[in-house]
Amino acid sequence: MDWSGAITNGIISALGPVAIAYAVSAIGLNLQFGFTGLLNFGHVAFMMVGAYGTAATVEAGGSLWLGIGVGILAAVVLGLLLGLPTLRLRADYLAITTIAAAETLRLLVRSPVTRSVTGGVFGIQGFAEEFHALNPFGASTGYAIGPLVVSGRRLFVMIVGWTVVLILALIVRRLVKSPWGRLLKAIREDEDATRSLGKNVFVAKLQALALGGALASVGGVLLAIEQQNVSPDSFLPQVTFIIYVVVILGGAGTIWGPMLGAVIFQFFFYFVDSVMRQAQANVSWVGAILDSAGAAQIRFVLVGLGLMALLVFRPQGMLGSRREALVDG
Amino acid sequence: MDERSSRRYPFRPVPGTVRIRAFALIALFSGLILQALPAVAQEQAIGGTLSQRAEEGEDPVPVEGVVITVTQDGNEVGSATTDAEGNWTVPVPAPGDYDVALDASTLPPGVTLSDPERSELTDVNVRPGQTRRVIFQLGGGGAGGTSTWDRVASLVVVGLKLGAIIALSSVGLSLIFGVTGLVNFSHAELVTLGAFIAYVFHAGGPRWPLVVAALPAVLFGVTFGWGQEKVLWGPLRRRGMGVLTMMVVSIGLGFALRFLILAFFGGLPRAYPDFASQGAVAFLGFSVVPKHVVAIVAALVILGGVGLFLERTLAGTALRAVRDNPDLAESSGIAVDRVVALTWALGAGLAAIGGVFFGVTESVQWSMGFDLLLLMFAAVVLGGLGTAYGAMLGGFVVGISVEMSTLFFPNELKNAVGLVLLIIMLIWRPQGLLGVRERIG
Amino acid sequence: MADGAAALTGVAPRPGVAKPDPILVVEGVTRSFGGLQAVDVSHLEVQRNTVTALIGPNGAGKTTLFNLLTGFDQADSGSWSLNGGPIVGIPAYQVARRGMVRTFQLTRALPRLTVLDNVVLADPHNPGESLWRALIGGWRRGEEEATVKAKALLERFGLEHMADEYAGSLSGGQRKLLELARAMMVEPELIMLDEPMAGINPALTQQLLTHITGLRDEGKTVIFVEHDMDVVQEISDWVVVLAEGQVIAEGTPSSIAGNPDVIEAYLGAHRGKAVEDE
Repeated sequence: MDWSGAITNGIISALGPVAIAYAVSAIGLNLQFGFTGLLNFGHVAFMMVGAYGTAATVEAGGSLWLGIGVGILAAVVLGLLLGLPTLRLRADYLAITTIAAAETLRLLVRSPVTRSVTGGVFGIQGFAEEFHALNPFGASTGYAIGPLVVSGRRLFVMIVGWTVVLILALIVRRLVKSPWGRLLKAIREDEDATRSLGKNVFVAKLQALALGGALASVGGVLLAIEQQNVSPDSFLPQVTFIIYVVVILGGAGTIWGPMLGAVIFQFFFYFVDSVMRQAQANVSWVGAILDSAGAAQIRFVLVGLGLMALLVFRPQGMLGSRREALVDG
Repeated sequence: MDERSSRRYPFRPVPGTVRIRAFALIALFSGLILQALPAVAQEQAIGGTLSQRAEEGEDPVPVEGVVITVTQDGNEVGSATTDAEGNWTVPVPAPGDYDVALDASTLPPGVTLSDPERSELTDVNVRPGQTRRVIFQLGGGGAGGTSTWDRVASLVVVGLKLGAIIALSSVGLSLIFGVTGLVNFSHAELVTLGAFIAYVFHAGGPRWPLVVAALPAVLFGVTFGWGQEKVLWGPLRRRGMGVLTMMVVSIGLGFALRFLILAFFGGLPRAYPDFASQGAVAFLGFSVVPKHVVAIVAALVILGGVGLFLERTLAGTALRAVRDNPDLAESSGIAVDRVVALTWALGAGLAAIGGVFFGVTESVQWSMGFDLLLLMFAAVVLGGLGTAYGAMLGGFVVGISVEMSTLFFPNELKNAVGLVLLIIMLIWRPQGLLGVRERIG
Repeated sequence: MADGAAALTGVAPRPGVAKPDPILVVEGVTRSFGGLQAVDVSHLEVQRNTVTALIGPNGAGKTTLFNLLTGFDQADSGSWSLNGGPIVGIPAYQVARRGMVRTFQLTRALPRLTVLDNVVLADPHNPGESLWRALIGGWRRGEEEATVKAKALLERFGLEHMADEYAGSLSGGQRKLLELARAMMVEPELIMLDEPMAGINPALTQQLLTHITGLRDEGKTVIFVEHDMDVVQEISDWVVVLAEGQVIAEGTPSSIAGNPDVIEAYLGAHRGKAVEDE
């Protein structure tokens, strides 16, 4: 069993573009769920809208930078459209509605009806050349960071990406430490009590939803730029569930939790993948009950079990304090 | 957070033996399933998607209810019927050469093979572990071929079938919410597990007829549901975990189960061998697949039984009492914990049956439950979260709406119709058609 | 005796009687749940600058009436006005901004905020609560002013030593005091307390009573729901009796005490008739 190989795999993934996208997305979800208590289970839709907004704008002839702006703006609009009718629903109904809305949107994007804009089932490819053209590193040259080797292309994405993550985290930190942030936390604690103090709870929730969604859309944009590909099947509901795991793992309602959660999650996700693949190939009893395709799914099973275990044994995640543990105690 | 959505029951210690029994039963079933697994895990198959070419710029229309038979050296190996998406799969026991024949008599009116001579493909080679895809070119008709009556009537039947499946599967979802306040996102996997366990006993080692194979599926469902309450949900409630946190726990559980099934059974859709080859027959001028009708009738009978149970039996009445007013029920002497366990067992058993019906009339695959979950939510919300009749009514309304929407909307969007219904319902009348508006404060 | 209470001498003890200077006027308010009529108040006026007690047997509709008047529930019919200005159909948060603040039967301290934050939050004029301001800055000054005001309130209610503790760690009585402090921070004219003494140990009751009368002496008007008749007798200037959703009696505490309709309402609720759920 090649443990060091598995660990290396884990580390590369933990710092890579998917981790970045998850971190940014999680920062957005953390604002909605960790600080305001909104059970938004359609979060993947914001990532999708950001990614598709960018790609479709380029496809239609715009520049990449315009596309990014369109993507983020579209996410804000989605947040408003989603929030206006649904934010007065109680928490579990909100969860169901948001997951239904996200799936409906995805089905729409996937269907031939919208193919001219979204590419339907096939999606859109090759729209981010403007970004990669800015890369000061040689795209195919390998760069060594300690024992790891990454391509110049990926190195550029990582540097830009983590910088964006840091900036966004600091912006959210500023907001959260303000009276507006306190208002969000009060809403999380008890909406009716907050209302009785003369606060416009609905508008604050809408702001949190839209802003959180805009942040998540940046995650979608980053991933789309890196992969130069958007397709509807990358935005399934399970992505939302993974972002929830990331937020809870890092510590919901903390500033740095989302980043930490994304890094740790990605590490374990790919570490387990390496271990399972090797186990399936080399360890006899594992190979007998699982084929190689099956082994690749075990890490998802662990994600689900991990979420359960987190909520039961350590709901505050890594950085949260036990007394501030989440949802509804 | 909303206080109404938290329901707590007083602490009641669970005897250790109950948990041990629950674990033992689950272990027993897991063992049974694992030993049947090798027979079903590694497979090769021949499959395809039957569709009609439509007008310029439009998508192919899937063709349902057509029988395709696979033979080798003149001996029948297996057959399948195309489902609502036109997909069909026939597992074959070993790699090699097979002949694949399409039964033209099962084509819907107005649809024909592009080349009537080519209704059979010979020497189709299948490699180990491969799903070999073959194509039958269809032509003729577009919308003009089948009459409107034919389409509408067929869609009503298919809609009732889908409705029946949703109704069966979501009664449990609704009742569990009513009694414990939990919106159970893993309910979908109870459906999937029901379908798969029946598959294991029907298509795998034991090779029982489907009706018999359904029994272990239901039994597993009942036990698993009861076990979940005893081992997981009950203890969490007594610890003081709120319903919203439990909802997220159920999301994790559903996730884990779904991918566990995918890991062990693979992504290949399967069919129950005894029913795979049942094609559409002509009836009153439209085509209908007999197993759909059987499923509808059987489901109605079962749902009727559930209604009777809730209205006429002591246990059912206790269930309704606990749902409507848990404190009052408890002070009246009802053993609330037992009622909750009963609700889980009943709901899970019904979901398992739903899974078998789903598998028989469509296909058995790892994501089948989850694909249904959102429609189940739609049904339950439409009818009224917490009521059994609401789930039944909602199930049929959603089923029929979804299928009949294909008269106006593209096929891929039909599920979206169900979801839009859900969203509209939650915004306009969250308590559903049969529910009662709640009091605040 | 405060001005408001003095003005009440000479007002006849009749249900729905007009008051010389009403701050709150309620007209024809009804609300039913299923088939049950929870509230049916044809006319009610509350005199400014008094402590008015709202009493009645369980299920009489007191909390429901509070919910309706403050916008936490929708009335089936009727209208009510604060200081002459109608406030029907206005969202709950705006009712509070207009000057009518309510507390809840089960205290709703915000447990994961500190005691100080709980009160500072209630400041009605904090610029930092706008998203825009929070982003670009310039809210420090307003926050400091609010904090000064909040600390003064905490001192008044004897909670200043708990300022940095999480509100979740307060005892039941301390939470009631926190709710009062918080309500005061909003600078209301009319404060509606839903069972402020519920679950308080008797030693603290006196302190709370003093705070409530103190509010009136400051010029506020207080309506409070209460079950303990001794408390009602001790501090209220006026008593309104609700039974089965209707106002069946009004008057000074002494006139209510011997009122046969009131006694009947309390006893009759348990005699022979079906027990109604709250």
